[in-house]
Amino acid sequence: MMQSKGQAEKGSVVLSLENITKRFGSLVANDDLSLSLNRGEILALLGENGAGKTTLMNILFGHYVPEEGTICVADDAGVLHELPKGSPSAALDAGVGMVHQHFTLAENLTGFDNIVLGTESLWQVWRSRAALRGRIEAIMQESGLTVDLDVKTAQLSVGEKQRIEILKALYRDVRVLILDEPTAVLTPQEADGLFVVLRRLAAKGLGVIFISHKLGEVLAVSHRIAVLRGGKKAGELITADADKRAIADMMVGRAVPPLQRNPSQVGSIILEFDRVSLKRGSMRQSLNDVSFAVKAGEIVGLAGVSGNGQSAIAALISGLETVDTGSVRLYGEPMKTNDPRALVAAGVARMPEDRQHDGVVGSMSVAENIAIEDLHSKEFQTAGFINRKAMRERADHGIKAYDIRCQGPDAQARLLSGGNIQKLILARVLERSPKVILANQPTRGLDIGAQSEVHQRILAARDRGAGVLLISEDLDELFALSDRLLVVHTGEVTDAGAVEGLDRGSVGMMMAGHSAHAAGEGRI
Amino acid sequence: MMRISLQPRSNVSLNARIIISIIAALAAFALVAVPVSFAGVSPLTAYWLMFKGSFGSMFAFSETLTRATPLILTGLAAAIAFRAKLWNIGAEGQLYAGALAAIGVGSGLLSLPAPLLIPAVVLAGIVAGGLLMVIPALLKLRFGADEVVVTLLLNFIVILFVQMLIEGPIKDPLALGWPQSVPLVDAAAFPKLFARMRVHGGLILGLVAALALWIVISKTVLGFEIRAVGQNKAAARFAGVPVNATMLKVALISGGLAGLAGVSEVAGVKGYLSADLSPGFGYSGIVVAMLAGLHPLGVVLAALFVAAVFVGADSMSRATGVSNYLADLVVALSLLCVLVGGFFLRFRLKFERAAVPVQMGE
Ligand SMILES: Nc1ncnc2c1ncn2[C@@H]1O[C@H](COP(=O)(O)OP(=O)(O)OP(=O)(O)O)[C@@H](O)[C@H]1O
Ligand SMILES: [Mg+2]
Repeated sequence: MMQSKGQAEKGSVVLSLENITKRFGSLVANDDLSLSLNRGEILALLGENGAGKTTLMNILFGHYVPEEGTICVADDAGVLHELPKGSPSAALDAGVGMVHQHFTLAENLTGFDNIVLGTESLWQVWRSRAALRGRIEAIMQESGLTVDLDVKTAQLSVGEKQRIEILKALYRDVRVLILDEPTAVLTPQEADGLFVVLRRLAAKGLGVIFISHKLGEVLAVSHRIAVLRGGKKAGELITADADKRAIADMMVGRAVPPLQRNPSQVGSIILEFDRVSLKRGSMRQSLNDVSFAVKAGEIVGLAGVSGNGQSAIAALISGLETVDTGSVRLYGEPMKTNDPRALVAAGVARMPEDRQHDGVVGSMSVAENIAIEDLHSKEFQTAGFINRKAMRERADHGIKAYDIRCQGPDAQARLLSGGNIQKLILARVLERSPKVILANQPTRGLDIGAQSEVHQRILAARDRGAGVLLISEDLDELFALSDRLLVVHTGEVTDAGAVEGLDRGSVGMMMAGHSAHAAGEGRI
Repeated sequence: MMRISLQPRSNVSLNARIIISIIAALAAFALVAVPVSFAGVSPLTAYWLMFKGSFGSMFAFSETLTRATPLILTGLAAAIAFRAKLWNIGAEGQLYAGALAAIGVGSGLLSLPAPLLIPAVVLAGIVAGGLLMVIPALLKLRFGADEVVVTLLLNFIVILFVQMLIEGPIKDPLALGWPQSVPLVDAAAFPKLFARMRVHGGLILGLVAALALWIVISKTVLGFEIRAVGQNKAAARFAGVPVNATMLKVALISGGLAGLAGVSEVAGVKGYLSADLSPGFGYSGIVVAMLAGLHPLGVVLAALFVAAVFVGADSMSRATGVSNYLADLVVALSLLCVLVGGFFLRFRLKFERAAVPVQMGE
């Protein structure tokens, strides 16, 4: 029995999930799953898109009620108590903290207010900010998470918001911290910072579960790996004994094929930025005298630390912005800016960076979300009346071709798992043989199988003669797909040339703001 | 120890929503039974009299339908606007604008036979109401002005303007000094549906409008765009839905429907415009739309319910002396109960035992 008084020792079980089953209608999202977590352990939870990872964590945190199974959390003495199901407040009381993939901060409050929100009694007339602040600062010190507490959350970067979310959890004295795809939206630098913090927290006895599709970081940071497949547990591995292949085999059940890459057949210029400048409130949205071109049949990668102007370039090509000076040309003609529909009609495929916010209308169906860009085409309407049958057929096709895991064309888009929403968007934009493709973080949140499929599709589109601008923070992806690389830094774009002659070190230097020349010398 | 927790439900069927609305209405009547008892009348008697007063005879039913007619139209006006998250609180003002336009066109300006004059009057009212709603919509799109405030304040401006006109330029000299407008010519009046009953052609317009709106929302590209804009404006814009144009179309339709309600009251019931044309039909339309869950066909049923409560309460009040403010109470409580019901549609209450320690093996 673990009845020792005081602090339970490290390595004792802090959380145990037993025989959890959760159904959504006919779909079994979690099938008799059992999982345990020790104090001071970092457990990585892996699995394909729609395998049931988020569902399991939502059950643990009380958002969903499982049909079967029990959840137990240890108290300070290490005694396990069963958690009442479907109660986030009980989960919080028991010391379970969760950082959702989509943040839950009040944007108009400061970091400080967001952290203490909900922890104070409503009847309290005044509060001692100094005392609360002292406590938060102590936690910041201990964990190494630093962030400006007095700035409105809306003004913070994604990485900073995430730090606030973690601080918010730590402030509530958690024993177990769950992070759902925390690195999907972070720059590699921010992700490294997060791992330092997680290791430090684990060393102090916190149990951490983190979900990720990036095998490299899973191998680097976790102690143990649990893999889900189709709602069941496919297996567990001790990280020290695991390698990428073993994990991939366990996740997908088959080996992921290597990329097929043909030599490129470059045609004429189809998309061109000519001395484009754009100034908006924040630096993230500004461009300074940017010129580059994308030719038919080539993939141009845009490397850069996020927040250096990528979103402005994407917004221009997406038809959400207009240039201040300079011009954007499409097939040699000035591009109609600020008109998404004209761009779609002109054969531009656009992927939104924030798929939840800009990508789908959550309460509309999968079929409607796939058809939405093409609403006025003959295929989907006659005399203003919608042709539902055609929409459903297109959706059926997309669901099959892109392996979108959902209950069918009529399922609400918001019920899809994160990766499957991304696949829905790909099905929407890539199915119409576009001539220009803005591939903005195309594989963010996708499992490794789906990633390689998307890469294959982008390469196929390029072989067909499409010009692709690939924006990504993943250097591996950029190097694997691109024919040519551009680097963006503080709103300025430099051409780094053909990928063949490049190495990661010099691209990294350019991303940090060193000139191409200096970066080239750094190579020697 | 028991603890109560809320569990979200994953999907809600149409049946469940209808049942919840009915339960909500019954609950409202049960709650109102308390003040009715205090007024010294048995609630059952009072409710029976209300029922007789609204459905008990052909005449009573005609009165209920007459009252339901403007409520259907203002209810539809709110329903379509709220679908697009355009908060039109100004149906009352748009109703008066529509009525004013009807008088402008139909009191002698045009001398046409009825088959031409009635459509002209109807069109004028729709256009007036629609354009009035376009003002706050444009202010919202252009300057971010809050349409709740603008539409609400426009109500007062329009009603005061109408009062000024009926005291002055368009005052009926034959009305013995009553502040009312010159009357509509006979050719502009809506035909009655039954002899010696007040229910009129406006009801047909309301039913057609409800059906048409349902078809627009569920079957057309415009309806698709309205739903997309209402549910996620950013994603709609990204996908190429013309967000501003859609908002303006919604504003026109919503204001037009409210304007049509004004035409219908003038041409179907009163025959002239006065400051008491509407006892708050514009505001009650919001309640009707909410009771109907913003569904156009539901609006017809909800309007009938609200009209029946008002007409029935009037008749019951004449018979028993209990104040007819009771009707407001029933309608208000129904709305509250529907809102509470909506909560229980999304969440399920669950009672369970509190945490007990579990013994672990060594
Ligand atoms: N509320 C719901 N109603 C119906 N189906 C749901 C609901 N929530 C999740 N699902 C389905 O359950 C399955 C598991 O989803 P979940 O979000 O757990 O996947 P995941 O492993 O987190 O995937 P990803 O890596 O893409 O985020 C998916 O097929 C999803 O469509
Ligand atoms: Mg997920």
